[in-house]
Amino acid sequence: MSLSFLERGLLLLVMLIFLEGTVLTLGAASSPDISAQDNTGGGHDRRDDHRGIAGSHEQTNYTYTKKAFPVLSLDYHHIQVPFEISLWVLLASLMKLGFHLIPRLSGIVPESCLLIVVGLLVGGLIKLAGEEVPPVLDSNLFFLCLLPPIILDAGYFLPIRPFMENIGTILMFAVVGTLWNAFFVGGLLYAVCQIEGTYLSQVELLPCLLFGSIISAVDPVAVLAVFEEIHINELLHILVFGESLLNDAVTVVLYHLFEEYSGAGEVTPMDVVLGVICFLIVSLGGIAVGAIYGILAAFTSRFTSHTRVIEPLFVFVYSYMAYLSAEMFHLSGIMALIACGAVMRPYVEANISHKSHTTVKYFLKMWSSVSETLIFIFLGVATVAGPHAWNWTFVSVTVILCLVSRVIGVVGLTFIINKFRIVKLTTKDQFIVAYGGLRGAIAFSLGYLLNKDHFPMRTMFLTAIITEIFFTVFVQGMTIKPLVDLLAVKKKQEAKRSINEEIHTQFLDHLLTGIEDICGHYGHHHWKDKLNRFNKKYIKKCLIAGERYKEPQLIAFYHKMEFKQAIELVESGGGVKLPSAMPSQVSMQNIQPKKLPPAVAERALPQFTKGREEEIRKILRSNLQKTRQRLRSYNRHTLVADPFEDGWNDFLLKKQRMIELEKKMSNYLTVPAAPPDSPTMCRARLASDPNAFYNIKASSEGVPTIQVDLASPQSPDSVNMLNEFSKRGAKDQGLGQREVATRDEDQGLMMKPSSAGKEEKGEEEGGNKNPGLMRCLSDPGPSNEDEEDEPFLP
Amino acid sequence: MGASQSARTEHEFQDLADRTGFSLEQIGNLNKRFRQLSKNEETLSRQDLASISALDNNPLRAQIINAFFDKRNLRQNEAGTVQVIGFEEFLMVMSHFRPAAMHITEEEREKLRREKLRFVFNMHDTDSDGTITLEEYRRAVEELLSKAGTIGQETAKAIADAAMLEVASTTRGKMEPDEFYEGITFENFLQILKTFDIETRMHVRFLNMDTATMRCGK
Repeated sequence: MSLSFLERGLLLLVMLIFLEGTVLTLGAASSPDISAQDNTGGGHDRRDDHRGIAGSHEQTNYTYTKKAFPVLSLDYHHIQVPFEISLWVLLASLMKLGFHLIPRLSGIVPESCLLIVVGLLVGGLIKLAGEEVPPVLDSNLFFLCLLPPIILDAGYFLPIRPFMENIGTILMFAVVGTLWNAFFVGGLLYAVCQIEGTYLSQVELLPCLLFGSIISAVDPVAVLAVFEEIHINELLHILVFGESLLNDAVTVVLYHLFEEYSGAGEVTPMDVVLGVICFLIVSLGGIAVGAIYGILAAFTSRFTSHTRVIEPLFVFVYSYMAYLSAEMFHLSGIMALIACGAVMRPYVEANISHKSHTTVKYFLKMWSSVSETLIFIFLGVATVAGPHAWNWTFVSVTVILCLVSRVIGVVGLTFIINKFRIVKLTTKDQFIVAYGGLRGAIAFSLGYLLNKDHFPMRTMFLTAIITEIFFTVFVQGMTIKPLVDLLAVKKKQEAKRSINEEIHTQFLDHLLTGIEDICGHYGHHHWKDKLNRFNKKYIKKCLIAGERYKEPQLIAFYHKMEFKQAIELVESGGGVKLPSAMPSQVSMQNIQPKKLPPAVAERALPQFTKGREEEIRKILRSNLQKTRQRLRSYNRHTLVADPFEDGWNDFLLKKQRMIELEKKMSNYLTVPAAPPDSPTMCRARLASDPNAFYNIKASSEGVPTIQVDLASPQSPDSVNMLNEFSKRGAKDQGLGQREVATRDEDQGLMMKPSSAGKEEKGEEEGGNKNPGLMRCLSDPGPSNEDEEDEPFLP
Repeated sequence: MGASQSARTEHEFQDLADRTGFSLEQIGNLNKRFRQLSKNEETLSRQDLASISALDNNPLRAQIINAFFDKRNLRQNEAGTVQVIGFEEFLMVMSHFRPAAMHITEEEREKLRREKLRFVFNMHDTDSDGTITLEEYRRAVEELLSKAGTIGQETAKAIADAAMLEVASTTRGKMEPDEFYEGITFENFLQILKTFDIETRMHVRFLNMDTATMRCGK
C-alpha cells in the first residue's frame, strides 16, 4: 500500500485510541453471557455491584429530578452486550486491516502470530487498567459461534477430487495418527510424572491420557491460517488440512471416554470396545446428519427461483442446524458441517443464481475470516487472563513429546501408506506434514471445558496447552515458510485451467474406466463411474430444478469460461485488449478448413477489413454524444423499448461495443441458443448473445414475422442486432459490406424509415435467428425475475 | 498343464516381464484375463472385447477397443490396424497404463510422459497422419459428450473449436487472417498438456487384481 508516512501514522494513532477505549469498556463491565462458565467469582460480584449501583443511581436520579427532563442521558446497559460484541469484531477487523499496511511485517510473521500478540496486548492493557479480564474464550462461545463459520467455509469449498483421491491417507493420519499421538504423549507424561522429584505424582494415568488426547489433535483453524500463506502444493495442503478436519471424531470420543472414566479410575476392555463403537457412531453419525441436511438444503434450493434474495440464507441456516443437531447428540459437529457443505454444493450451485453464489462465497469468507481473527485475539487475551500454574517439567516434556510423537507417527504411517499409494510421499512431504501439525484454539477450549472438581490439575493442563499452542503457532508457524523455500517443496500451481486440460481430464476418466473394465478389475474408476451414473440418473433429477441436471461437467466448465471471459472483457472497458487469455489474434478462420471457393470465402469472412473498420469507428465516434456509457445500465427492457425515444446514441455505442466484443469473442463462437433453463447459459446468456446466432442453421427460409413479446413490435435495436450478428453467420448470405454501407447512410436520419429498411433485411436473414434472440430476450428462464437490474452484458 | 509346458510359459512370461516391465504375478493375472476374454484361444479379436458388458456405458467404447488393435500402440512404427492380437500385444497396450516407479530420474519421467501422451494422441489421431485436425478433435469431443443428449452434441462443436483455438494460440501465437493451422502435432500436444500430470494420473492398479474379481467383468 502506498500510504504516505503521515497517513500511516494517523491510522495507527486512531487504532491506538480505539484500543484504549475498547480496553476500558471491555474491562469495566464484561458481558453477562460470556461468563457462562464463571471461574472468577470475585469479578462477578463486582459486576453485580456495578449494575446495582448504576441502577440505584438512575433510580435516585429519577425520583430526585422529576421536574428536569433528561435531555441527554447515558444508558450503557441497554446496549451493553451487542456493543461489546461489535467492539470486539471491529477491533479484530481493524487489526487485520492494520497488518496489511505494514507489508514487511506480514511477510515475516504469519498473521496468526500477530493476532495473538494483539490479544496479549489487549489483555495486558485490561489488566493494567485494573479491570478483570473477561473470560472471552468461553467454550460455548467458541464452539457455537466462532468455530462453525470457519469449518463451513472449509467444507463448502473443499476440493472434492483431491480429497477423495487421498481419502485413505487422510483417514490413516487422522485416526491412527491421532490415537498414536494421544497414547504416546499421555503414557509418557504419566511415566515422567511418576519420576521422583517432579512433585507431580498426584497426576494419574487417565487424566494424563485425557490431556494427551486433547493436545494431540491437529487444529484446522491454525493449519488454515498458516498454510494459506505458504501456498504449498495441493496434495500436502489437502493431507494436513483433511487430517485436521477428520480427527475431530477421534478427539471427541477419546475426550468423552477419558473424562467419563477418570472419575472411576480405570478403563476395562469392555469400555474400549464401547469406545470403538462410539467412534464409529460419532463419525458416521456426524456425516449422516450432515448429509441429510445437505440434501434438504439442495432440495429446498430447487424451489427458490422466485425468491432469489434469501437463497444464501438457506445454505447458512441448514449448515448451522446440521452442526447443532450433531452437537446435540454428541456426534462430531465438524464432520457434519463438512458433509453438509460438500453434499449440498453441486446441487445448490446448479440451482441458485449467480449473485446468490457470489453472496454465499463472500459471506462465508467474511465470517470465517472474522472468526479466525477473533479466535487468535481471544487466545492472547485468555493467556493473560490465566489462571496459570507453571510447572517446568510438565510443560517442557509436553512440548518435546508432542514434536517427537508427531514425527514418529508421520514417518511410521507414511511407511505403511506408501505401500498402497501410487504417488508416494517423499521425505520432504513427510517433513512438511509432520511440521505442519499445529495445535490451536480447539485444544484450549476442550481444556477449558474440564471440570475443576474432577481435575484439580486443570490449570496446569491449561498452561501446558497454551504453551504448546504458542510454540506451534509461533515457532513452527513462523519457520515453516522459509523451510518450505529452503527445501524447495513444490508450490501451488497458479496455472489457469485450460479447456484442453478439462477435456482430457474427462477423457482420462472414461479411458481408465474402460481399461479397468477390460481387465475385469473393479477399481477406483469403476466405482467412481458407477457413482456418477447413479448420481446423474436419480439424484440430480430430484435435486436440481428444471432441465439443468442433464448438463455434463465439461459443458458447464466451458460455459463458465465463456462467461468469465465476457465479464473480463466488459470490465476492462471493451476496447482494451485483454492481457490474459488470448493474447494472439488467432481466430476461427485460422483453423476452419477452407471448404468454400475463395470468392465465397472472402465474402463469408466474418471480420471487417481494417479500412472499413476505421470508417465505421470514425462515423460512430462523430455521432456519439455520450463518450462513455457503461453497459451495465442496459437491461433487456431498455433494449427493446428505448430506441423509439432517445436511444439512438446508446444504440450506436452498443453497436461499437458489439463489434469489438465480437472480435474478442471470436474464440468462443459457436454457442448455439441453448435451452433457456440452463443456468450457466442463463448466466452466460447475455454474454453469448452475440454469438447465439452464428451457427444456427438456416433451416426455414423466410420466416415472415419477428415475434417480440415486449413493448414494441419491431425494434430496430433487436433487428439491427440481428443484422450485426447475422453477418458473422452470413456464410450463405453475403451481406457483409452492403449492410455497413446502409447503416452509414442512415446515420442522422429518423428512426422509423431506417428501421423500416432494416426490418426487411432483418426478416429475411434474421428470421431464423429470431427464435433464439426472442427466446433469450423475452424469457430467459428462471432468472427472469432474478435481477431486474441485471446488465445486458453482466 | 504338463511340467514342460508350465516351464515354457514361465520362460515366456519372464521374457515378457523384461520387455514390458510388468511383474510375473501381474503377467500371470493378465494372462488369465486374456484367456477368459478370448475364450481360451491364442488371439483376441474385436468381437471379444466388444462383448464386455461393462463397456456399454462408456462413451469412449469404440476408441478404446480400436486402441488395442492400432499398430502404433504395438510398438510397430507403422500405421494401420490389425485384426487380432496375441497376448504379447495385449500386454504391450496395457503397459501404457503402468504407474511410474517411485524413484525415477527426470529423463525417465519425461520418457514415460511421452509414452502415455502418445497413446492418448494416437486415440485422437484416427487417420494416423501425425496431426489431430479440427475434424478429428471435434469427433473426439462429440464422442466424449455422446451420452449427454442433445445439449452435448450442440456444444461439442463449440468446445472443440475453442480447444483448438487455444492450442493454436499457445503454440503459434499470432497468425495472419489467411494463415491456416493444420492440426495439433505431437509436439504441440505435449506443450499444451505440460501442466497435466499424466504420468501420475494415467494408471490402473494392476497390483490388486485377482481372479475372483475378474470373473465379474464379463
